[in-house]
Amino acid sequence: MAQLSPAQRDAYWRKTSRLMWIIMGWWVFFSFLIPAFAVQLNSIVIAGFPLGFYMAAQGSLVSYVVLCFWNASAQNKIDQEFGVAED
Amino acid sequence: MATKTSKSFVDNLGKIYGGYAGGFIGFVILLAIMEQMGVPNKIIGYCFVFLTIGVYAYIGILSRTSELSEYYVAGRVVPPFFNGMATGADWMSAASFISMAGGLYLGGYGALGYVLGWTGGYVLVGVLLAPYLRKFGQFTVPDFLGVRYEGNAARICGVIVLFSASFTYIVAQTFGIGIITSRFLDIPFEVAIFVGLLGILVCSMLGGMRAVTWTQVAQYIILIIAYLVPVVWLSTKLYGLPIPELTYGQALTEIADLEKKLNIIKPHVGAYVDAKGQFSWVEFNNFWALTLTLMIGTASLPHILMRYFTTPNVKDARTSVGWSIFFIFLLYFTAPAYAAFAKREVYTNVIGQQISQLPAWVQNWSQVGGLLTIKDANSDGILQLSEFIINQDIIVLSMPEIAGLPYVISGLVAAGGLAAALSTADGLLLAIANALSHDVYYKLIDPKASTVRRLVVARVLLVGVAIIGAAVAGTRPAGIIQMVAWAFSLAAAGLFAPLVLGIWWKRTTAIGAILGMMSGFIICVVYLVGTRYFDMPLWFGIRNISSALFGLPVAFIVTWVVSLMTQAPSKEMQDFVDSIRTPKGELAWVKGQQHE
Repeated sequence: MAQLSPAQRDAYWRKTSRLMWIIMGWWVFFSFLIPAFAVQLNSIVIAGFPLGFYMAAQGSLVSYVVLCFWNASAQNKIDQEFGVAED
Repeated sequence: MATKTSKSFVDNLGKIYGGYAGGFIGFVILLAIMEQMGVPNKIIGYCFVFLTIGVYAYIGILSRTSELSEYYVAGRVVPPFFNGMATGADWMSAASFISMAGGLYLGGYGALGYVLGWTGGYVLVGVLLAPYLRKFGQFTVPDFLGVRYEGNAARICGVIVLFSASFTYIVAQTFGIGIITSRFLDIPFEVAIFVGLLGILVCSMLGGMRAVTWTQVAQYIILIIAYLVPVVWLSTKLYGLPIPELTYGQALTEIADLEKKLNIIKPHVGAYVDAKGQFSWVEFNNFWALTLTLMIGTASLPHILMRYFTTPNVKDARTSVGWSIFFIFLLYFTAPAYAAFAKREVYTNVIGQQISQLPAWVQNWSQVGGLLTIKDANSDGILQLSEFIINQDIIVLSMPEIAGLPYVISGLVAAGGLAAALSTADGLLLAIANALSHDVYYKLIDPKASTVRRLVVARVLLVGVAIIGAAVAGTRPAGIIQMVAWAFSLAAAGLFAPLVLGIWWKRTTAIGAILGMMSGFIICVVYLVGTRYFDMPLWFGIRNISSALFGLPVAFIVTWVVSLMTQAPSKEMQDFVDSIRTPKGELAWVKGQQHE
């Protein structure tokens, strides 16, 4: 890598990895942790939807869309900070 | 369109596809008027099937090309928004379009594992893989393995996994196309499968990835209109609000009351309950195992990953994953509404009614073979729940009639199902044929082949794979749904570990990756085949459909242990991995590997 010193490169990858773990954390939360408590959440009913059912049918899906766009924009910011964004 | 995708075409995509969507809606309205004037249903069915295939063929022929990068990666000019649509069509198959809502009808909460599993994988694609594979910027997924793991052994392993996963999947798709075409054209299944085959080939043969991309965008528009119209209509009719995703909460409440009245033990919304209505750990474990398998499988299926090779740059690849999941989400978060409305209709107007006075849609569909069966077991003239057997495909197909819509909407739904099946089949076909022509023929057999020769070989293989796929589907192999699930397990167990570790862990060595990949894949195959055909007992009660659950950790652990036991990758290779990780700059090729 011509344009980054090894130290900068490591710093860039540390930040990128941190973002990755944060997004993965939310992914685990919405994909596995919330469904694990579906039975308990189902006792809460909003607008006819038991919450546990709602989260697996729609809520977590919304979170995936948000996570993907969030990842794209946060990673772009990191790229710009280190000057490795494409022109 | 010339051989290279022109800038003015890319700049005007919004207008072109906007006009196309408007034209399609106009066409549906025209057919609706014709129906009112007394044109028979059969003619309307023909119009839908042939006109939509005609449009795809037109796009396919316009997009013909003689450039390698156009053929393999659509010239790398596809804007993220449109690549998202194309991925949506690529992704959503006949199973998503026709069977999933029915699966939710039958399975209730338990089937939501499919909904989660077939969407959440995109987070993994966007974070772990797509941007880096785009930076790598070659033609196929095995290509990446061959370069990262320095040699043809890894490349061949990649092709083997890709072939076994994608081929089982394409057989299932071709089968779906045959079913839809034969139903709406009223021709025998064996003939219909070859009509469908022409539909697949005409989209992909002349223009490769470029043609498939632009037909997939067109197919997405049709499939999403077709999916939303009946259920939006029914939502408005029942609850006065055209947003089924909000109103079906009321349907769920009504279903809960009806379940009490009808003495149904397993409630629709009940999580992890067995047939007796009790909480079950087996159900609980299978739910997350299925979710995980399908998600990792999503992130490992080459026909999806290669869609992100087509964006102009790394940044666009990331955004494109966002648009992909958005367009997929539009269908998936509507599917539970389909299931709830259908269940409400069945519990209210079908069960407990006089058999002679059932709604028209039940009577119509019970005459079509095998989809809906009514059997008055106790001969009391009243339909009991146990006397009513319903196939999961019927929920989406019969929704226009449940909603009281004219036949033209049924034709629209068929066109949507066909679009879903054709687009997925095309993506899979291209993934297989490209791996064979690029990775096997060009890289292994004849590295000096000219461009013309490479494209001829690519097309011959494409047609060959398509014909074999159709021939296998024509034998109506048993357990077609099972086969789709196999594709996910096979891809997840074989490809996920070498791809992710190759990017995120520099220390991964070639031997480690190859052994990890093969051991994960073999464990998965043994479990799949053993539990299905040889009475092998289930491990921890995990069903065959989630076989990757055992292959996946093995692949990771073997790769990790063997990598640490072998010599670290060369400095050049580590620099190469660094250059994949940063969006800007040239790739730091290891000597002797650069190509294209």
